Amino acid sequence: MQRELGKRPWTFYVLAAFFALFVLFLYGPMSAIFVLSFQGPTGGLTFPMNGVSLRWFSALFSQERTGDFAGGFTRSIVLALLVLALTVAISVLAGLAFRRRFFGASFVFYLAVASLIMPGLLVGLGVGLTYQTLGLTASWFSSALGAQLTWTLPFGLLIMFAVLSRFNRAYEEAGRDLGASNWQIFWMVVVPILFPGMIAVALFGFTLSYDEFPRTILTVGAKNTLPLEIWGMTTNVTSPALYALGTVTTLVSFTVIIVALGSIAIIERRRTRGPISAPEGEPVRSDA
Amino acid sequence: MRPTERQATARGGIELAGVTKRFGETVAVNNINLKIPAGSYCCLLGPSGCGKTTILRMIAGHESPTEGDVLIDNENVTGSPPVRRGTAMMFQSYALFPHLSCLDNVAFNLKVRGVDKAERHERALAMLDRVRMKAFADRLPAQLSGGQQQRIALARALITNPRVLLLDEPLSALDEFLRLQMRGELRRIQADVGITFVHVTHTQLEAIALADMVVVMDQGQIEQAASAREVYDRPRTGYVARFMGGQNVLSGTVVSRDAAMVTIDSGPKQVTLSAPSAGVTVGSKFEAAVRRDHVRLARADSQGAPAGPNAVTGRVAAIEYQGTWLKITLEEACGEEFVANLPDAVFFADPLAIGDAVIARWDPGELHFLSTAAKGALAGSAGSPLTEHSEMATAGGR
Repeated sequence: MQRELGKRPWTFYVLAAFFALFVLFLYGPMSAIFVLSFQGPTGGLTFPMNGVSLRWFSALFSQERTGDFAGGFTRSIVLALLVLALTVAISVLAGLAFRRRFFGASFVFYLAVASLIMPGLLVGLGVGLTYQTLGLTASWFSSALGAQLTWTLPFGLLIMFAVLSRFNRAYEEAGRDLGASNWQIFWMVVVPILFPGMIAVALFGFTLSYDEFPRTILTVGAKNTLPLEIWGMTTNVTSPALYALGTVTTLVSFTVIIVALGSIAIIERRRTRGPISAPEGEPVRSDA
Repeated sequence: MRPTERQATARGGIELAGVTKRFGETVAVNNINLKIPAGSYCCLLGPSGCGKTTILRMIAGHESPTEGDVLIDNENVTGSPPVRRGTAMMFQSYALFPHLSCLDNVAFNLKVRGVDKAERHERALAMLDRVRMKAFADRLPAQLSGGQQQRIALARALITNPRVLLLDEPLSALDEFLRLQMRGELRRIQADVGITFVHVTHTQLEAIALADMVVVMDQGQIEQAASAREVYDRPRTGYVARFMGGQNVLSGTVVSRDAAMVTIDSGPKQVTLSAPSAGVTVGSKFEAAVRRDHVRLARADSQGAPAGPNAVTGRVAAIEYQGTWLKITLEEACGEEFVANLPDAVFFADPLAIGDAVIARWDPGELHFLSTAAKGALAGSAGSPLTEHSEMATAGGR
């Protein structure tokens, strides 16, 4: 059964078409929004383009026309950074704790990851109701923060499990062997070695929070985060400013992802660069 | 860093007293008594899972014994942390910190002790110089080859100024050429710093090439603890003889005996051996060993002819050329593998072929008698292993 050289089976074309469809659905609408956000001053929400301008971007920052974009954006960034910090700290410590196989570890684990399958809207509803019952005022930095953590922490924990499964305990033993205290081992050995994994957790924490909707909508209180603000705009803003908003927020997400993945790649490459030839004056080793 | 001062009084004598380690139901180390003299190179040798690494980790303080005590220089260190014991460990994977340069790896111990940067870099550079890695100070571990990483690991351990260096399979990650080179290097550095090295390995030749003292282990117990020559030439038990290699073990039940001869049933054949028969009873188990290079081969006229005393008959099953000698494996000789190592000149004077019937003989004096006593019987006699001679071994008269 010798296949003609260079001829691909029919399944290749089916799967390639499927992939093309996937790319179209993912990036098609996004690029339409991107293009339309540069709509001319007299243009509308649909094609064709009536000239090209940055007018809708500047309109974003004039509150009366588009709602509180700047405020929503600031709150979302601050909230995402809070979620990031808490997710990294708690996930790392929890990941280290789970290595000890304490009593009831698997029960605690399932309890924690259960919130991944719980409908987000119900989690938000529950948190909102609890706040109401206790007479507390819901706000983006308290109730919404808590509701978002129920979503980011299980992800962070799962990533830490993957990271720690490749972490050699001999590093800690070497630290202890060389006289380091537990505190020194943690800060001088464990944290630096786990750092690329912690960036991954941070990335998840940030991006999951930045566009979180179902858990936030019922817990955010009086002032909206950006996704809620955008949701509000879709009903009352009828200009391409909405598209400009989409372009700006997408760029923020892309920037965060590129910075995070880029720094992981740089650290990993630095640590795994192969042997390079011996410098001048050293005897050349056969194994180099 | 004054080696002469350090050598003045040998440091790092280790004693394990009744040490047992259990992991749940599993007994990893079973009631071990062992003394390792200060300043010696000791190899713990055995198959994987025999408990040798557990012993190393208990000396290092990374594992604590379930029962018994660990003493270093007559000081009970059971329960104290590694750094207080004066031990340093070189891990099997080296465990070099991937985020630190070689210099900072070596200086790690000084840093956690609060030595200021200028001094710790100076001392770390001096240590790197000692392992001939000074030019690599700024490299990260991933940029080094296996042998270079090992030198860094060695420097990082030695900078703590330990009295005992513990090495967990240090050569297993290296290729054959480098392994031989680093083997010599380890021995050189041990002689240079004059402290005790305890080296875990599963490679027999590595152990006997390096060690002053070889501790052969099996299933959590010590089979023999003695000098390399003693362990190779005069194994205490059949297990040691088979594990070390180089010996043919003749094992069986005694079927008859007289004043100077013992005949055993070794499975396919009976073998008669010159042996002091005092204490030997018919029906008991009897084991002896003869070194493979002390066996002579002669062509046999027919397969059925009896071999006579101190000889076995068999057929050539395999011939392996080894350069200066040949390894001739016989079948149908005794209950287990029987091998003769012949010098190449002797073999090629009358080359044998596979399937030839041969008779293998040895001088009565070359026979070495093995203890068939149960394991653990050695426990009481491990006091001074370097000078100990197996009382059963004297019958050979060499």
